[in-house]
Amino acid sequence: MGILDGIPHVHAVPSHRPLPRVVVADEGWQAAIEELAGGRLTLFGFWGEPTAVHMALLDEAAAEIAVVTYECAAGSFPSVARHHPPALRLERTIHDLFGLMPTGANDTRPWLDHHVWGKSFPLGSRNAPREAVPYQFLPAEGEALHQVAVGPVHAGIIEPGHFRFTANGEHVVRLEQWLGYTHKGVESLMQGASLEAAAKLANRTSGDSAVAYAFAFARAVEAALDIEAPPRATYLRALMAELERLANHFGDIGAICNDASFALMHAQTGILRERCLRAANIAFGHRLMMDVIVPGGVTRDIAPEGVAALRTLLAEIKKVFPRLIELYDNTASLQDRTVTTGIVKSEYARQFGAGGYVGRASGRDFDARRALAYAPYDRLAFEVPVLDAGDVNARVWIRIREVEQSVALIAQSLDLMAPGEIKSALPIGRGECEGLAVTEAFRGDVLVWLRLDRELRVQRCHLRDASWFQWPLLETAIEGNIIADFPLCNKSFNCSYSGADL
Amino acid sequence: MRKTLLESLTHGSLTEPAPAPDEAGLAELASKVDRVAQAKLGRSLAIRQIDAGSCNGCELEIHALSNAFYDIERFGLRFVASPRHADVLLVTGPVTRNMRQALERTYNATPDPKWVVAVGRCALDGGIFAGSYACVGGVSEVVPVDLHINGCPPSPIDLLKGLLALLEHVGGKG
Repeated sequence: MGILDGIPHVHAVPSHRPLPRVVVADEGWQAAIEELAGGRLTLFGFWGEPTAVHMALLDEAAAEIAVVTYECAAGSFPSVARHHPPALRLERTIHDLFGLMPTGANDTRPWLDHHVWGKSFPLGSRNAPREAVPYQFLPAEGEALHQVAVGPVHAGIIEPGHFRFTANGEHVVRLEQWLGYTHKGVESLMQGASLEAAAKLANRTSGDSAVAYAFAFARAVEAALDIEAPPRATYLRALMAELERLANHFGDIGAICNDASFALMHAQTGILRERCLRAANIAFGHRLMMDVIVPGGVTRDIAPEGVAALRTLLAEIKKVFPRLIELYDNTASLQDRTVTTGIVKSEYARQFGAGGYVGRASGRDFDARRALAYAPYDRLAFEVPVLDAGDVNARVWIRIREVEQSVALIAQSLDLMAPGEIKSALPIGRGECEGLAVTEAFRGDVLVWLRLDRELRVQRCHLRDASWFQWPLLETAIEGNIIADFPLCNKSFNCSYSGADL
Repeated sequence: MRKTLLESLTHGSLTEPAPAPDEAGLAELASKVDRVAQAKLGRSLAIRQIDAGSCNGCELEIHALSNAFYDIERFGLRFVASPRHADVLLVTGPVTRNMRQALERTYNATPDPKWVVAVGRCALDGGIFAGSYACVGGVSEVVPVDLHINGCPPSPIDLLKGLLALLEHVGGKG
């Protein structure tokens, strides 16, 4: 319990697995905030319940995670965001959903609540109505500044969100995001849901990461019940997770180039993406592989012709992709757009605990598959590419290198996968229990925390997308760039709206 | 670059043969024939996509319509950036309450004649998100829907079948 040595706590919660959860009082909560603000720990998750708030803390060097809980006896908790900005949107969300007040907070504007739900604090025990005030954007002052309001409905086939640019001529002085448009109330629908229904919701938290979410949800349930999926199921899970990563990386590498008006790359990677989805459909019966990973294992084995389909896919990628890398590397007009554009400073990546290629392109060497070594990644060999430049180009290169790693991981999983069971039975009558799990989606780590009741129903479930800690960095990355480069920067992040709006 | 371009020229086409228009879709549309619109639009439609709170799964498959395998533009169907340029609104999601007003305003910004195609299981009645405090539940609760393409998410072929049914209908062959 290294993390918790410096955090005084009242007591530990024994039914929380596999990592410790402790209840803290004011002193412990403040100590945790100091560790975060001092950069010794990373905020890994921050969520509420009707009368308590929880923070997941990560010690990156030791690859340790712990959860601290503050019981909000007076309906409030000491603000974390006041001292540690990465907590801000999560803290505003906790207030929106549960009505718990962050005391001492500098920014108490609503985040997900746009005052149209017909009720305030939908998950809370507080029944007070909230005053509806028009959303106030942060000011930017100066001569010759103008504002450009974009969204929620955007020009392309993308998710809805509002971007408020303040610009001086072409140069962006400030970007402020206002999201929440896709808030569906996933966590309220989770409450009381059967494991089957809850797994379906987890799959659809962010459709592009359906596998990663299903994987994290299943592992959280398995952690709570103290069971493990059979070895064959873990390899099947890795096949799906890496296929999903490949499909997304191909799609996005092409889309980034397309936003720099280089359509050839988009057309070529679009073919590779489609081939991934077709192989997924042959192997697992669904192009996005939804609803295959469930608590205990997987619902179906790989189809007999699926192994050949995956091997053909890998051969095709190995044949075509090196030429596309060369194309990216040797096209000066494209490099002109991506190099030094949209730089994320490494200190921000570290402070925000930015996951995925956003963090790894800015020197943050973290990948949940390696740091937490969950099955079957503890038995697979792979490298985690890291760069320091932090620009659009670096994020593209991280994804190129990750494609190569995913190809190797799929090949290894196919080789190592031995015949056997694909689903473990779920024990009944365990009593109330809690679990936490993290998986590495294509865009970064997904954290799932849940509590199950005696009948194996979900009592409370929180799903935290990597985007929570990446969206704010996009605001910093665009500063000083021209508005016309925003689509390029945005695509190089490709944050999830649905995953963060929930 | 030369190698990639040359190979694209000499290589056979990847594009799938056109699927037959969806029968159920044709039946749904047959009751709404508008001859004036047919005369004006011929066999070409501009589509504006609106995500009204989907999980983004439907968007991925709508995107796929533009890849080399499905090549939606060969049918005269193309995606446009503004509702002002659109004939068809392709709407996904359980319509979150936070998106309701934006959907209404986008619909009102689209000139007549116009059609609304609801895409995906959620767009029918909210799907697994139905009953949430944050969702209206179904596109037809907010704007009139002409055609529904089911699936979670619908495959690109399902989407093509539905859109071709719409095209046949608009072209006067439905």
